[in-house]
Amino acid sequence: MIRIEWLYWLVGAVFLAMAAQMATDRSNPKRFGSAAFWGLLGASFLYGTWVVKKTAPAAPLGAAVLVMICLAGFGLTGRGAPRTTGPEQRAASAARLGNRLFIPALTVPLVALVCATLLKGTHLAGKPLFEAGNETLLGLGLGVLIALAIGLFLCRERNPAVALHAGRGLLESMGWALLLPQLLAVLGSIFQAAGVGTQVGKLTVHLLPDGNKYGAVALYCLGMALFTVIMGNAFAAFPVMTAAVGWPVLITRLHGHPPVVLAVGMLAGFCGTLVTPMAANFNLVPAALLELKDQYGPIKAQLPTAGALLVCNIAIMSLFAF
Amino acid sequence: MIVLLGILVVVAGFATKRNPVLIVGVAGVLTAFLGGLTPMKVLDAFGTGFASSRSVTLFAVTLPVIGLLERHGLQEQARALMGRLAKVSAGRLLAAYLMIRQLGAALGLTTLGGPAQAVRPMIAPMAEAAAERHHGPLTEPARERLRSFAASADTVGLFFGEDCFLTVGSILLITGFVNATYHAHLEPTQLALWAVPTAICATAVHGARLLRLDRSLARTRPAAGTVTATAGVTEEAK
Repeated sequence: MIRIEWLYWLVGAVFLAMAAQMATDRSNPKRFGSAAFWGLLGASFLYGTWVVKKTAPAAPLGAAVLVMICLAGFGLTGRGAPRTTGPEQRAASAARLGNRLFIPALTVPLVALVCATLLKGTHLAGKPLFEAGNETLLGLGLGVLIALAIGLFLCRERNPAVALHAGRGLLESMGWALLLPQLLAVLGSIFQAAGVGTQVGKLTVHLLPDGNKYGAVALYCLGMALFTVIMGNAFAAFPVMTAAVGWPVLITRLHGHPPVVLAVGMLAGFCGTLVTPMAANFNLVPAALLELKDQYGPIKAQLPTAGALLVCNIAIMSLFAF
Repeated sequence: MIVLLGILVVVAGFATKRNPVLIVGVAGVLTAFLGGLTPMKVLDAFGTGFASSRSVTLFAVTLPVIGLLERHGLQEQARALMGRLAKVSAGRLLAAYLMIRQLGAALGLTTLGGPAQAVRPMIAPMAEAAAERHHGPLTEPARERLRSFAASADTVGLFFGEDCFLTVGSILLITGFVNATYHAHLEPTQLALWAVPTAICATAVHGARLLRLDRSLARTRPAAGTVTATAGVTEEAK
């Protein structure tokens, strides 16, 4: 049986290998900070296996997470000079390979989809092929390995380390932003452990007429959008609003179908992201890049769409969740 | 009630543009203490939370493949494909870009696009050229409006496309959070499927608004003397 933890080990090993490359990259002025950050992340992916199994204490991992937060939070990570192909080489390569370049990229979602649907529940020698409940993620891992083989073959690249170096370039340019979604998920679980969701839930109960599911749907969606506007991203708003209204009211009390409630709830949050200056990278950076006089130009262009889609999300959840 | 201070820390932190990672750390530690956790329990909470949400960062495993393809001209090929749209009107061009961006994001290709990679060097200049071809020189407000809509096509396309991808961060955040907190067994496939209706609505709503741009551009023909030069958008992206 292929286990999900094997995939976490693979990702952890990739992070560790990239950290080792970073430590020796003299073009990165903060190479030791960067190597420490990504190395700790890689080690955390491995150690996490035994934390989930409850055979190792969680506190050392928690301490490692706080160290990573400090490394990234106080600007101790950096990036090296990108060592990649030049624009002429890329253009020549694109002209030579053409649309075949898309084949490996499309292999990843295709394999993930096949594993999640067709191969789900397949047995090999009496045992399930994939660990139950993780078919999609394992499909992603498998898809990446197949896509990498196809990509290396197509590009006539004999050395797989080239891919690792190219991936590290992307990793360094994303920087700690890559880890932010997971840290927000951690924050959500801490909010939950400390009882924030219960408190927000108590507040919202006053706003909510008893048992009115449409009121509850509207409250969840509007709350997601509003929280996203003030927090600047839906990832931080999701755990709070879900712990307050989404899970206890819509799913537990009113028996809403969880995938509809949660997927559409997240998308209601995205409507908030479209109109908030707090999401600077999506709304203010493009205005600067396009040299607009009005830095709120993109937000103004997006506002009517965001409003309409919020209404759509409320309608979709009301129609399909119950 | 006092545990809600953690939310205020997040709001204040993002409002004053502090480093987001630091905000998460401070809000987490503060909330855990206010919730009555001992220092050891705080570390435990961070550790178990991190271990059970590792799936959110799993998409990093695709970086070597994407990096390899970009090295061999993936972005250039995507631009060559979009260059074929050069003949259509501004509104149709932006609507087509919206759909391409959505479809790309739904297939996990979120890096094929973006304000710096595609909108500034390519989509915005193409839209302006198309508008000038059909309606004559643009007024300054019309140019601003066109560029704002070019940026919006990119952002709306990305947001309401990527959630249809099985293993994108937002989908894995949902499964990671809910499965760890409520011991549920949600599958990414189900969530991605239920992102499709909203994605279709987004195509319809924003696509229609982009198509209507052509008509509003036709109405705002410039008066003499308000025409501005087209300089400033043709140089390379940073």
